[in-house]
Amino acid sequence: MASWGEASQSRLIGKRIARLSGKEKVTGKAKYTFDINRPGILYGRILRSEVAHANVTDLDLTRAEELPGVKAVIPLIEVGRKVRFQGQEIAAVAAETDDIAKDALRLIYIELEELPFVVTEADAMAEGAPQIRDDWKGNQSNPGTNKNGDVEAGFAEAAVTVEATYHTPVQTHVCLETHGHVAEWIDEQNLTVWASTQAVFGVRNDLARRFELPANQVRVITEHMGGGFGSKFGPGVEGHTAAQLSRMTGRPVKLMLTRKAEHLVAGNRPSMTQHVKAGATRDGRLIAYDMRGYGTGGISSGAGFQAPYVYHVPNRRTERFNVAVNAGNQRAMRAPGHPQGAFAMDSLMDELAEKLGMNPLEFRRINDSNEVRQAQYTLGAQEIGWHRRNSVPGSGTGIKKRGIGVGSGLWGGGGGRGTQARVTINADGTVEAVTGTQDIGTGIRTAIAIIVAEELGLSPTDISVKIGDSGPGLPSGGSGGSQTTASVAPVIKTAAAAAKQKLFEHVGPLLQAPVDDLRVGTGTIYVASDRTKTVAWRQATGLLGQESISEGGTWDQELRQGGVAGTQFAEVEVDTQTGHVKVLKIVAVQDCGLAINRLTTESQINGGVIMGLGQALLEERIMDPQTGRMLNANLEDYKVPGTFEIPEIKSIVFDTHRKVTGVGEPPCIPTLGAIANAVYNAIGVRIRELPITPDKVLTALAEKKA
Amino acid sequence: MDKFSYVNATSLKQVTSLLSDSGWGEVMMIAGGTDLLSELKEYIETPKTLVNLKTLPGMDSISANASGLKIGALVTVADIAMHPTIQQHYTVLAQAAASVATPQIRNVGTLGGNLCQRPRCWYYRDETVNCLKKGGDICYAVNGLSKYHAILGGDPVYIVHPSDIAPALIALNASLKIAGPEGEKTLKVEEFFTLPAANPFRENVLEPNEIVVEVQVPQPKPNTKSFYLKAREKGAPDFALASVAGVFEMTGKTCQTASVVLGGVAPAPWRSAEAETALTGKMINESVSRKAGAEAVKDAQPMNDNVYKVTLTQNLVSRTAMMAVS
Repeated sequence: MASWGEASQSRLIGKRIARLSGKEKVTGKAKYTFDINRPGILYGRILRSEVAHANVTDLDLTRAEELPGVKAVIPLIEVGRKVRFQGQEIAAVAAETDDIAKDALRLIYIELEELPFVVTEADAMAEGAPQIRDDWKGNQSNPGTNKNGDVEAGFAEAAVTVEATYHTPVQTHVCLETHGHVAEWIDEQNLTVWASTQAVFGVRNDLARRFELPANQVRVITEHMGGGFGSKFGPGVEGHTAAQLSRMTGRPVKLMLTRKAEHLVAGNRPSMTQHVKAGATRDGRLIAYDMRGYGTGGISSGAGFQAPYVYHVPNRRTERFNVAVNAGNQRAMRAPGHPQGAFAMDSLMDELAEKLGMNPLEFRRINDSNEVRQAQYTLGAQEIGWHRRNSVPGSGTGIKKRGIGVGSGLWGGGGGRGTQARVTINADGTVEAVTGTQDIGTGIRTAIAIIVAEELGLSPTDISVKIGDSGPGLPSGGSGGSQTTASVAPVIKTAAAAAKQKLFEHVGPLLQAPVDDLRVGTGTIYVASDRTKTVAWRQATGLLGQESISEGGTWDQELRQGGVAGTQFAEVEVDTQTGHVKVLKIVAVQDCGLAINRLTTESQINGGVIMGLGQALLEERIMDPQTGRMLNANLEDYKVPGTFEIPEIKSIVFDTHRKVTGVGEPPCIPTLGAIANAVYNAIGVRIRELPITPDKVLTALAEKKA
Repeated sequence: MDKFSYVNATSLKQVTSLLSDSGWGEVMMIAGGTDLLSELKEYIETPKTLVNLKTLPGMDSISANASGLKIGALVTVADIAMHPTIQQHYTVLAQAAASVATPQIRNVGTLGGNLCQRPRCWYYRDETVNCLKKGGDICYAVNGLSKYHAILGGDPVYIVHPSDIAPALIALNASLKIAGPEGEKTLKVEEFFTLPAANPFRENVLEPNEIVVEVQVPQPKPNTKSFYLKAREKGAPDFALASVAGVFEMTGKTCQTASVVLGGVAPAPWRSAEAETALTGKMINESVSRKAGAEAVKDAQPMNDNVYKVTLTQNLVSRTAMMAVS
C-alpha cells in the first residue's frame, strides 16, 4: 500500500521550504495576466450599466466605432432586454490603446428606461416590492426546510433558551489581480488565452464550447495569478468578450476588469440573516434548535449557509430561503456558507453558555464529538491563555478593554480524481514535473517540487515544475474546495516513483544489484544491502543516452484524506471611547493531515485568518436603496485588512495523520466567531451583526449604558 | 479621463492669468495630484488645461524661526510630518500630517493640495450621481447612507471636510497667503474654509483665479501642549470618522488657553468654541474634560447612520484634553 512514509524518513516533506516563485513575485519578475503583452495587442474595455434595473430601449455603437484607434465594438445586450444590476455588461470595445478604449466607451449611446429596483434584502422582502425575477414569484425563493428529532420536545427539556438574530453582510472577493484575460487567435481554429483563473482546464473547456472548437485547440496559460478565492473558475462574460474581440480584429486583446467592476460583477459571498432559537439542558447539552434564515446572492440564488454548525443538536428545524436583489451574482467564496454560519453558531454557543453560567469552552467540549477539535481546544486555550479571559464579560477596567473568545470550523478538502501528470528525467540529470493544475496561491508549484525531489533524492530547486498551462494536455481540476494539493500530490508522487523505478532499471546493471535493492540518497543512487555501491545522480541519468524517462502518475486514494477540524482563539482590545476593535492575537489550530510544506501551510493559515478578520471587522458591500448603486465599489470605502490590522498570528499546523489534506479554505472560518466572542468578553455587549465597526460598538455601548 | 493640455507653471503671475478667464473647472491646478487624479479618472472633473505647479520656484520649503513657521504650499505632507521643529513645537501639525493616507501619498501630496482637496462623499465621487454639490437638486446623504457624513454645519450639503492638516493649522492659529491677479492677500486658515450654507459647491473662499502659496504658523508659547487624535475604521489609509486638533497653553494642570478644532464631522474644519470655553482657565480633570466633550457636540444634528459620531467626537475631545495633563 502506498504511503508517504514516516516523518523521520522524510528529507523534505513536512519541512519549511521557501516558495519557489517567491523571489520572482516580490521582485516583480513574475508575469501575471495583467503583465502579458503581445505584439500588436489591443485593449478591451466593457461598458456597464450604472443603474440597477432598466429596460434597454436604444443602443447605438456608431460614434464609438468611428473613433480613430477603435478596432471593434460589440453589443453585449440587446435592445428590448433588461439590465438587472449595476455593472451588467452593455457593450465592449477593443482599441489601440487603453485610453482610446476608455474614450470609446463614453461615445456609446445607451438609452435606458429605469425600472423600480431593490438592492437590500429588507426592500426586496417588503410588501409591494417590485418583482425583479421573471421566473420567481416575489423576490424570495421557496424555503428549503429540514427537520430532525422533535424540536418542541427538545425545547420542553431545555433549561435555558436563547433567541437571537445574527447577520453577516455581502462580502466581495477583492482579488488583488482583477479578473481578466489576454486572448490571441493563432489562426482561425486555434485560440491561446492567458487567464487569471483558478481553473486552467475549466476555462479551456468553456471557451472551446463557446467558440465551437475542439478542446485541444484552445490553450489556456496561467503562470501566476493574483487571487481567486472561488470567483475565478470560468472565463465569464469578460473572457468570452476578450476572445470575441480578438477573433474579430485578428489581434491579441487584453481585457482586465476595473476595480469597480471587480466589486460589482465578479462574485461575492452572500449575506446571511438567521433568526434562531436554541436551548440547552442544565448539564450543558444542546437540545433544541430552530432557525429561519435567508441571504442574498444578488440577482441569482445560492445564498446557502451552515446552520447549525460544528456542534451537534439532536432536535432541530431549519428553514432557509434566498432573496433576490438587483445586484451582482454571488460566486463561491473561500469556504462557501461556512464563515457566516460559524459566526452565528459560535455567537449562539457563547450566549447559551452564559445563560447556563458555564465556561464557553467547557460548553463546546460537551457538544463537540470531534476528538481532533477536543485536542485543539486544549492546545489553543493554552496558547492564548484562556484563563486570562474575563470571567464576567466587560468587567475589565480602563478605557481599553481586552477580551478573549473562541470559534470553530470544519471542512473536507480530501482531493479527488481527474489529475494527470508526467515526471520526466533527462539524460543531463534535469527533471521536469508537468501537470495542468494552477497555483492559486497555495504553493502547489513548490509542493510538486518537494514531492518529486523527495522521491528522487534531489533538491526542490532541481525540479522544473510546469503548471498553469493546458498546452501539454495533462488536465487537472480547478482549485476549489481546498482540493488542489490532495488531488495533485498522489499523482505526482506515483509519477515520480514510476520514473525513479525506470531509472533504477538502468542503474541496476551498473551497480550490479537488483532493482529492488536500489535506493536514492541525496543526489545519489545506492545499493541498500551494500552502501559502498553508489552512483551520482548525473552519472546515473547519463546512462539514458539519447533517451529520457517520462512517466505518468495515477490517483491513489490511500495517499490523501478528507475532513479537517479547526479552532481559533482571539484576543482583542476594544477602545470603549472610539469603538475601535484591535485584534491583538489569533491562535489558529488547524487540522491538516500531512503538510507537504509546513511553511506554505502556515502561510495558508495566516491568509485565512486575515480574510476572516476582514469579514469580522471591516468588509461589507454597501448598497444604496436610494440610487441602486454600490457606494463602496473601490478600496477606499470597501475596507480590507491592512498592515495595521494584522495581529500576531500563531498558526499551528495540527498534523494528525500522514495523508494529504487541503487547508485552503478552513482557516478563514473560525476567525469570525472567535473575534466576535472576544469583543463580547471585552465589553460585555454582544454585537450580532458583522462587521464590528466603531459605529456598532459605540451604539451598543450606549444602549448598554442606557 | 478626458484629454487636457498640460502647462508647466513658471510664475504665480502666469498661473493666475491662466486661471483668470475660465471660471471653475476649465483650467485646474495640479501639484501632487493625489486627489485630482482620482477626480479626473472618475470624470468628476474634466478640465481642458492642467497647470503643473511643481515647476514653480521657491514654494517647497519650510522656514522656522522664533516667530514661527512659513511653509510653502508645495511642501509635501511627509516633509511636514518629519520636520524636527514641527514635531517638537507644533506637535499637533506633525501628528496630523503623519496621519494622512499612506507613505506614498504623503511623499507626493502637498500642503496646498491637502487644504484644497475635495470631499470624499460616496455620492459626490460617483460620476453618475448628480448631487447638490455638483449642481443637482439634493444631497443624497439626507435620505441615504450617511455613516461618514456631517453631524455639524451640514445644511444643505452634508459632506465632511477630509483634511487632517487643516484642523491642526486652525488650532495653531495659522494664516494662509493667497495669490491672485490683484496680488497677494493673507487670511486666517479658519476664515479660508466655508460652510455649504454660504456656498454649497465649494469648501473654501478661493476664487477660480486664486492660488494658495504659503501657510504661516505663529510659534506656540513654550508651555503649550498639542495633539491630533484621529479615529478611523482602518489603521491606514483611512479618512477620519472624527478627529480633534487640540492646542493647550498650560500652567501645571491649569489650561490657560485652549484651541479645539474638529475634523471629519462638518463640511469645514470645525472650531469648537464651546469646548474651548469649557477648558479655558480650568484645572483639567476627568469631569472638566468630559464637560468639554459634551459641549463640543451639544449642537450636533446627526443623520440616520452617524449618531455614533456624536459620542465618538465627544470622547475624542475629552481624551485630547486629558492628554494635556497626562
